Amino acid sequence: MSIFDYTIASAAKALKAKEISAVELTTAYNKAVAELNPRLNAFITTTPDLALEQAKAADARIADGSATPLTGIPIAMKDLFCTEGVRTTAASKILEPFIPPYESTVSGKLKAAGAVMLGKANLDEFAMGSANITSGYGSVENPWKRQGEVAKLVPGGSSGGSAAAVAARMALAATGTDTGGSIRQPAAFTGLAGIKPTYGRCSRWGVVAFASSLDQPGPMARNVEDNALLLNAMAGFDEKDSTSAERAVPDFTTALNRGVKGLKIGIPAEYRLEGTNPEILALWDKGIEWLKAQGAEIVDISLPHTKYGLPVYYIVAPAEASSNLARYDGVRFGKRVDGEDLIDLYERTRAEGFGAEVKRRIMIGTYVLSHGYYDAYYLKAQKVRNLILKDFTNAFGQVDAILTPTAPSAAFGLDEKMNDPVTMYLNDVFTVPASLAGVPAMSVPAGLSAEGLPLGLQIIGKHFDEETVFAVSAAIESAAGFSALPEVRAK
Amino acid sequence: MAYSLEGRTGAWEVVVGLEVHAQVISESKLFSGASATYGGAPNAHVSFIDAGFPGMLPVINKECVAQAVRTGLGLRAQINLFSRFDRKNYFYADLPQGYQISQFAHPIVGKGNVEIELQDGTIKHIGITRLHLEQDAGKSMHDQHPSKSVIDLNRAGVGLMEIVSEPDIRSPEEAGAYLRKIRQIVRYLGTCDGNMEEGSMRADVNVSVRKPGEEFRTRCEIKNVNSIRFVMHAVEAEALRQIEVWESGGEVVQETRLYDPSKGETRSMRSKEDAHDYRYFPEPDLLPLLLEQSWVDELKAKLPELPDEKRARFCREYGIPFYDAGVLVAEQATADFYETLAKGRDGKLAANWVTGDFFAAMNRTGKNIENPPVTVEALGQLLDLLADKTINGRIAKDVFEEMVETGKMPAAIVEEKGLKQVTDTGAIDAAVAKVLADNADKVAEYKSGKDKLFGFFVGQVMKAMQGKGNPALVNEAVKTQLG
Repeated sequence: MSIFDYTIASAAKALKAKEISAVELTTAYNKAVAELNPRLNAFITTTPDLALEQAKAADARIADGSATPLTGIPIAMKDLFCTEGVRTTAASKILEPFIPPYESTVSGKLKAAGAVMLGKANLDEFAMGSANITSGYGSVENPWKRQGEVAKLVPGGSSGGSAAAVAARMALAATGTDTGGSIRQPAAFTGLAGIKPTYGRCSRWGVVAFASSLDQPGPMARNVEDNALLLNAMAGFDEKDSTSAERAVPDFTTALNRGVKGLKIGIPAEYRLEGTNPEILALWDKGIEWLKAQGAEIVDISLPHTKYGLPVYYIVAPAEASSNLARYDGVRFGKRVDGEDLIDLYERTRAEGFGAEVKRRIMIGTYVLSHGYYDAYYLKAQKVRNLILKDFTNAFGQVDAILTPTAPSAAFGLDEKMNDPVTMYLNDVFTVPASLAGVPAMSVPAGLSAEGLPLGLQIIGKHFDEETVFAVSAAIESAAGFSALPEVRAK
Repeated sequence: MAYSLEGRTGAWEVVVGLEVHAQVISESKLFSGASATYGGAPNAHVSFIDAGFPGMLPVINKECVAQAVRTGLGLRAQINLFSRFDRKNYFYADLPQGYQISQFAHPIVGKGNVEIELQDGTIKHIGITRLHLEQDAGKSMHDQHPSKSVIDLNRAGVGLMEIVSEPDIRSPEEAGAYLRKIRQIVRYLGTCDGNMEEGSMRADVNVSVRKPGEEFRTRCEIKNVNSIRFVMHAVEAEALRQIEVWESGGEVVQETRLYDPSKGETRSMRSKEDAHDYRYFPEPDLLPLLLEQSWVDELKAKLPELPDEKRARFCREYGIPFYDAGVLVAEQATADFYETLAKGRDGKLAANWVTGDFFAAMNRTGKNIENPPVTVEALGQLLDLLADKTINGRIAKDVFEEMVETGKMPAAIVEEKGLKQVTDTGAIDAAVAKVLADNADKVAEYKSGKDKLFGFFVGQVMKAMQGKGNPALVNEAVKTQLG
């Protein structure tokens, strides 16, 4: 067995039993990062020395008995989480020189639990993208290949660096953030499990904001159990985030073995989209069979406003982003390009600092909030968003969880969809509705495409019922028995 | 007579609405834990939230909400149990987030009204449209460096209450009276110090003119006027400018203007065409603000007595005129001073002393009510000496001056200088007899009908007694002896 075969759960056991040390584990991962990152570009910043230091501290904790299940576990931190003393870029040139003097709540909780940070994972610039091709620090390559092909594929986005790092075994697990599918879609593209918790479950404090009413941190890992272990540490009320939920966090691992017997699983008719890859639909049917076989009751449901999800998302998210990104003006932190006067300074700084996709969304967001357009776009979108939420509320009157595909296709080529933003946006079609409704949703690897690429299924639950999501996801995981590994990986 | 301005084409009525920005008195800022106190070294009171750093989130300060509710109650206004924050988006160097968190569609306080009193004693009600909470911006200074601007973010994020009036104000005098009233109310409530020089209270002035009986015409907004006097001047200057525009066949265009106190005129700042599109939308980092009625009731129960109620009570309890009561309640500290003095004493006498000799001494010595020229205890003792007839009114005035000068207690002064009133009728009779004898010619004139000389004899007797004679007894003795 290779040192890279550990999951969080099995590594924690081995660490506790002194079969390995945290320093050994971290040294191996540091080496994997050094070897593979030049090729995959999964990290923007690597922190091997810091990681080693943290690993030593972890070994001390393990020795004195104060370890948690995450102590000594080497993880990748999405470069959207502000990390004290470690450069945080949000994959944007505008934050190239930014070293936060503070630690985000979620990364701080992981640090406190003893997790080891290997570096800051690449992402789409300001988390805007579904392929990790908008990063100011270069695209991320998916460690998976189509069978017999050498073409580079995208890892999905925006948490593409996190996904590629874990899939290529450059990290044991990673943090992600999900605004419209940014954890789930890359997890599906790289054969990982990843959960977007209920909006408000994890604090957004210290996470560079993209769309405040949608952003939600969450874990990405090799399996469902590891996700539960990570979320246990990441979740919880934070008085510094007014939108975080003041409610107790259960031990999510206890839900893993609940099974699905007696659970009602909804299958939304509207997700059977025309043009969806038949392989995806076939996998979905398989998932239905697996759950049925384990004693779940399958219920056909309707989420009638699904088709408005994408248009609503691409109004609400850019609107909030256009405002959230106003603070990057070159005045107080980050990049500054001097100008003749204040306006000139703004224009030069933002013209040079932001990439094309970020500019596009700022323009869209500014437009939909403008006088004379607000009612037709933003206000209407908010109303439809309420209808989408109502769709889910109604559905959850009948069922305990909903099963859908995660993405309409498997990972695509690095230069296949670049020129058409709308096609790119369509990638989020299955993930966006849960984001708009704020409900938890998880992607679990469920099979391979004919070309040998991983495909995921999505399990959507009720607000703050991540436990049922974990239970159903674990059932899918065990039935699917997904064990394929990408060609490019640390061995 | 209603105020109007005379143009070439006749009389014009002035229509004014005011937006008052009042800085909330609170320990910390509206959405961060940084200190909200005035002053301090530049950028000493700035948190990462105030500076708009990545990932920072606002958290509402409950005390600021309570202050807004108290102010709303003081304005006799509707308290909205549901309110919401919105973002007002614009770029400026002293606005770190690139937006101001404000309340646009759902303010915390709705309609209310205040009573103003004019010079001629008329009472008028001015409607309050709303009060909302918002963040203050920082301060840009453009005169500290030849080519650069410097920015102080100490004020950035401090809570502001924007109090918007209905366009009910019809003259510079009413505008001034309204502002004074708002300032008086917030000071009584302790929700804003009302200090316009330090910028903790500022006003945007909306002015239009019309012919009597017309609908409203186009208005202009004069931004950031920072004294009551300037507001009154600005109203008149802007009204005269608009009348001139209308009368010379032009049209007033809606725009934002600035008042230049050195020239006494307003000038254009930006027109409607270049007006900002603020792109308001609900602040997604904050949940709607939901208040419990019971909490509002609790704040209401603990509210201090407000000037209008206090004034009415003073009239009722102390039997003083409405006007005097108005003077006494203008400042809460003065009202407290008066009330301490009047408790258990003659309220009218106390009012006369406070508004008379006491105020005069305060002005003369440059002192104020917090640091008064004589303490309330000392003045009380003086009133007691008058009440028990130890001294008479004339001597009291001398004693008072002595108190101001030396800080000594009145009883000590009276004792030291032997100023006790003489009530011994024997002594008085003797003094009267001597005065009449010394002025036999005047007595003859008096007897032949010159009644006015009576006062002369009384004065002479008092003089002879060094002012210490009991005035009533002296009067009576003079009358008796003159036959």
